[in-house]
Amino acid sequence: MIARAKYEAVIGIECHVELTTRSKMFCGCANEFGGEPNTKVCPVCLALPGALPVANKEAIEHMIRAGLAFGAKIPEFSKFDRKNYFYPDMPKDYQISQYDMPLTLGGSVRYWLDDGTSKECRLTRIHLEEDTGKSVHAGGDGRIAGSAYSLIDFNRAGVPLMECVSEPDLRSAEEAVAYLEALKRTFVLLGVSDVKMEEGSLRCDANVSIRPAGSNELGTKAEIKNMNSFRSVFRAIESEIARQIDVLESGGRVVQETRGWDESQGVTHSMRSKEEAHDYRYFPDPDLVPLEIDTALIDRLRKTIPALPTERFERYLHEYELDPKQATQLIDNLPLARYFDECVAASGNAKQCTNFVLGDLSRLANETSIAVYASPVTPALLAELIGLVETKTVNSKIAKELVERMWAGEGSPKAIVEKEGLAQTSDTGEIERLIADVLSANEKAVADYKSGKTNILGFLTGQVMKASRGKANPALVTELLRKRLD
Amino acid sequence: MNELVRRSAAEIARDVGAKRLSAREVTEAVLARVDEVDDKLGCYLTRLNELARSSAQRVDERIAAGETLPLAGVPVAVKDNMCLTGTRTTAGSKILENWIAPYTATAVQRILDAGGVPIGKTNLDEFAMGSSCENSALGVTRNPYDLGRVPGGSSGGSAAAVGGYEAAIGLGSDTGGSIREPGAFCNVVGFKPTYGRVSRYGLIAFASSLDQIGPLARTVEDAALAYDAMAGHDPMDSTSIDRPVELTAIALRGDLKGVKIGIVKEFVTAKLGQEIDALYRRAYSELAALGAELVDVSLPTADYGLATYYLIAPAECSSNLARFDGVRYGLRVDGDDVGQMYENTRAAGFGPEVKRRILIGTYALSSGYYDAYYVKAQKARTMFAQDFRKAFERCDLIAAPAASSPPFEFNSKSDPYSMYMMDYYTIPMSLAGLPALSVPCGYAGSPQLPMGLQLCGPLFQEAKLLGAAHAYEQATKYATKVAVAV
Repeated sequence: MIARAKYEAVIGIECHVELTTRSKMFCGCANEFGGEPNTKVCPVCLALPGALPVANKEAIEHMIRAGLAFGAKIPEFSKFDRKNYFYPDMPKDYQISQYDMPLTLGGSVRYWLDDGTSKECRLTRIHLEEDTGKSVHAGGDGRIAGSAYSLIDFNRAGVPLMECVSEPDLRSAEEAVAYLEALKRTFVLLGVSDVKMEEGSLRCDANVSIRPAGSNELGTKAEIKNMNSFRSVFRAIESEIARQIDVLESGGRVVQETRGWDESQGVTHSMRSKEEAHDYRYFPDPDLVPLEIDTALIDRLRKTIPALPTERFERYLHEYELDPKQATQLIDNLPLARYFDECVAASGNAKQCTNFVLGDLSRLANETSIAVYASPVTPALLAELIGLVETKTVNSKIAKELVERMWAGEGSPKAIVEKEGLAQTSDTGEIERLIADVLSANEKAVADYKSGKTNILGFLTGQVMKASRGKANPALVTELLRKRLD
Repeated sequence: MNELVRRSAAEIARDVGAKRLSAREVTEAVLARVDEVDDKLGCYLTRLNELARSSAQRVDERIAAGETLPLAGVPVAVKDNMCLTGTRTTAGSKILENWIAPYTATAVQRILDAGGVPIGKTNLDEFAMGSSCENSALGVTRNPYDLGRVPGGSSGGSAAAVGGYEAAIGLGSDTGGSIREPGAFCNVVGFKPTYGRVSRYGLIAFASSLDQIGPLARTVEDAALAYDAMAGHDPMDSTSIDRPVELTAIALRGDLKGVKIGIVKEFVTAKLGQEIDALYRRAYSELAALGAELVDVSLPTADYGLATYYLIAPAECSSNLARFDGVRYGLRVDGDDVGQMYENTRAAGFGPEVKRRILIGTYALSSGYYDAYYVKAQKARTMFAQDFRKAFERCDLIAAPAASSPPFEFNSKSDPYSMYMMDYYTIPMSLAGLPALSVPCGYAGSPQLPMGLQLCGPLFQEAKLLGAAHAYEQATKYATKVAVAV
């Protein structure tokens, strides 16, 4: 722990995100997760002799929108290159990717930490490529070592994949995960990916190095692979930082290499060193024509980009005064956040909206398995209820009851209150009559109070409220009770 | 020889269309001719008798139903690097010796849609790499004019089939001369359209940026008919050009009045010996006699053609042929692990010339050599295009030799370079993507064997090019002056 403070970690993330498109990147096969093996395949994605790729326009538009959302530059000219290497689940034995002219350059991702601190991580580039198939190793324990043979499912082969490369701007495992969460939220918001890590639609590698705290030099990095959840990203980076510190503290040297994260052991293992790195022999794919992106397309796509999660987060934190946890909770449920925004717009009372949306409404949603935004409690009705609370027409108890009845589909809270006379009463005479009744029925409590057990006052207030069928103004009840008893 | 097999495609289509002749009769005559001579000529790797008969029947039905089919009943030989669903498609390689294509190449489909009848799949140099068909792993094809000599290549099977009356139209592919040179050797017209004019979808790739499908035929008119049926944009091939096709068959002309024909001063035919020099001089004067104005043009880069071509084509092939890995289809030779399996499969499956080009290409794309070789070759390629553009400011078409010699004897080219030199006059046009053809222009050597005149036009000037070739052919009729040997 003492050693730890002497060092600063420097982390960059490369992540692959499968795009949500109707068809695959270079053919007409459906881009869907799962299904019987090798049912979503055709001559193109199986790389049969003679088959040719045709680029998917929807995927290119997704990429441009992702780039624009992060303030990236969209070059006018871009192209596809072949990355050549042999791998059984890669049908062509080359991957169509982008080498030196990616679709987007630069930009940055703003993200926040649990304590609400805003941060920024610059992007190097986002480029478009295609996914591989999946090998299933049979005989043995499911890993390639010791297996008798492997089966390959090419359903995923050719699914559009964007590779998002960050600058080494991250300084801790926490920042790395927060950055990934911000990426994920943005991609989901844009509709470019569903980002389901468990289905492999987001996969990432981390480049980790350490340096003496305060230094500007970069240390030797290790590339960490095989992390399949945000939690494993966190653990792997923590473990790797600790390993590198140990190496340096014991007088060693960190070597540039690729290391695999072992989830069960909780450590990284060396996979290959820099000397064993592939020569991918990139060259422009002669089967595909270069992409020319005109400004009209960029302008059209720019108009489709909504407010980003970070903007919303900062608005919630600073304008609506939510705490970071509440803000994150809303943002991670985007339709709920949109509902919340509408409620705030309709009621003008962010605090009450937060209380209702994250409180009673979320509870009801859990109990009934109906989403808040799909319930009969529309933003306009909630605003009406908040109006009744603000004008003290109803107290919080009645408000709670009203929410339940609105959820059940009874409609306007104002109408219910009027019809059933549920408006809060602040009629002193009426309340005093009820107090008199309650006190005479609870002589023991009165005696207790007078003997000094003043906390019995809550019980008595409750009895009066009950007698008023909830309508009495509770503050007034307490005040009048106290006056009477003291 | 049955008179029907000597008929041109135009005559057959006209008569079948007019119901004076049935596609069935033509097909039976051609199948009988194949039975009679193909054991000697070896044009076909796979005969498609059943498919030919059912296709012919379908054509007769369509004609009976009132359809107009520009290639009604025309027997077609398909080079065996083009996919035809349900038929064995080998690319002349052991690695695909038993592969059945599950889909049909666009160009082949268009020929069938136009009424063409597929007779069989023809021999070629393995993966279209060669100039004599001697690189085929699956059979020997002989020149129909001298069974001791090669038919040229790589489309030698299709050229010999057309020259030997085993089909009226042959489909070939040309990367550096693979239609034009065998066309010249087999005394037929061989036509390579502008790069991108005919879809490559379903053509087993050799060098993607150069490969182009085109017809071989006994007359220019037949070549034009076949081209008209195949040309045009294909959404399955991103490099196919999306602009209207100028139909060529109706634009054929009888003279060359007002046409300026460039003679390339760097193409010194004197180097080819006195007889061949005289033959080409005669051909040029025959063009002039038809009204053409001969002008000198210069291609200063001409001598760099082979060097440029033999970097770009192998580089692309090294990547294109990676997919033949034993994993999904074709030959598999097992090994201890997947790496061994790759090595064993490719060692056993590819012939020496294919391996040579894969090695050259892999080297040219390697890190550290890429700029010196591949990038430089691409720059040279741009210069070829510029040189031609400049030349075409002074002329409408260019005339040149189609091959450096008449057909040569088997095993007479002992080193690869002397074989590569066969394409000296055809490669520059390929590098520039230009439309070019060879048309019979006489006989040379002992015995006297066919020679071809190459004509080349600016991009997309197929109609002008075929028009001039037709005028030359009609005035000279060299193809009919000597009888075939079978």
